[in-house]
Amino acid sequence: MALPAVFLFLPCLCAQSNPILTVAPPQKVVAKRNSEVTAKVAVALGAGYHVNSNAPHEAYLIPLKLTWAAAPLEVAAVTYPKPTDEKYPFSPEQPLSVYTGNFDIATKFKVPADATSGLMVLDGKLRYQACNNTMCFPPKTVEIKLPVEVR
Amino acid sequence: MKASGVQRVDWKRVVYDPQIRVQSRPVYNIHKGELVYVARVSLAVAAILLVSAGCSSPRTVRAASLRPAKERKKAPDFELKDANGQMVHLSDYRGKVVLLDFWATWCGPCKVEIPWFEEFERQNKDKGFAVIGVAMDDDGWDAVKPFAKDRAINYRLVLGNDHVADLYGGLEALPTTLLIDRGGNIAAVHIGLSGKNEFENGIQELLGAPGGISVPAVLMRAE
Repeated sequence: MALPAVFLFLPCLCAQSNPILTVAPPQKVVAKRNSEVTAKVAVALGAGYHVNSNAPHEAYLIPLKLTWAAAPLEVAAVTYPKPTDEKYPFSPEQPLSVYTGNFDIATKFKVPADATSGLMVLDGKLRYQACNNTMCFPPKTVEIKLPVEVR
Repeated sequence: MKASGVQRVDWKRVVYDPQIRVQSRPVYNIHKGELVYVARVSLAVAAILLVSAGCSSPRTVRAASLRPAKERKKAPDFELKDANGQMVHLSDYRGKVVLLDFWATWCGPCKVEIPWFEEFERQNKDKGFAVIGVAMDDDGWDAVKPFAKDRAINYRLVLGNDHVADLYGGLEALPTTLLIDRGGNIAAVHIGLSGKNEFENGIQELLGAPGGISVPAVLMRAE
């Protein structure tokens, strides 16, 4: 491999080194006026990590939360997957409500009858707080861009 | 803020002390072009290793026994408010051994350590020892005060901020706990849930170290 090429890929190596949580760019959804459409956000957690579910058992824990600036569509419902109760070395008695591995979050949008047709991008934010067996990482927010075509 | 003139902590140097040794070997019967190729490949490998080291994050527990006194670096001073609104400087504690714990109410592993720190505070506060808990909650005292009250935390809590996090290397993970000697130098850094004994041994060693006469904080700050 030519030397400059190695340096070209170095930032990629850095960025991709063992990410805690990644969100796949959502696929475009096609929406008809005066109907509902569902979009899925695919989340992948690195091995050994967990995030709190959308409804943690303890009030002080930071829940996973997906929000949308959905106009001109309306958010009808955000459906999170069923969490699992897991015990960890730092919480051997009290199980935590968490997500691990890969999972999808579904959002149902209402498309108003007067929605303008055409392609648009909806902005979403996924807030999460991850831990592994021994440490926790500050809460983070991932920006999500959802392409929507209104017909 | 008393940020100016504060020494920044290089965590890789604080936590690790790698002794990199390069062994050279004579190379025989290699064409000049091959030597250039070998040099290029070596350079590329070295660059990858360097970048990988730079990208590494504290995602596994890193605990350090006490560093030799000569190798310790100054703990960056800070100015943070406690629950009563009183300003707290780390330099107020010069002359004492300090356990400085960066934590948050949302951090499960942090909560395992809190009872240990309460015990250390109880057992050693008359020997020139203090625990300072720096809460890194975005919601501030609204989150921290009820938590501290529920747990009856007996040591001093202050509210951290991004500036202090930066001073201490970014605090990529919690808990991050430092043992600071009486001279205000970082003797040990624990990232992630550590063993109680590791803290206990470190504290006792630091308390028993020479120069253990507690100097009033006011005098130290006047220096």
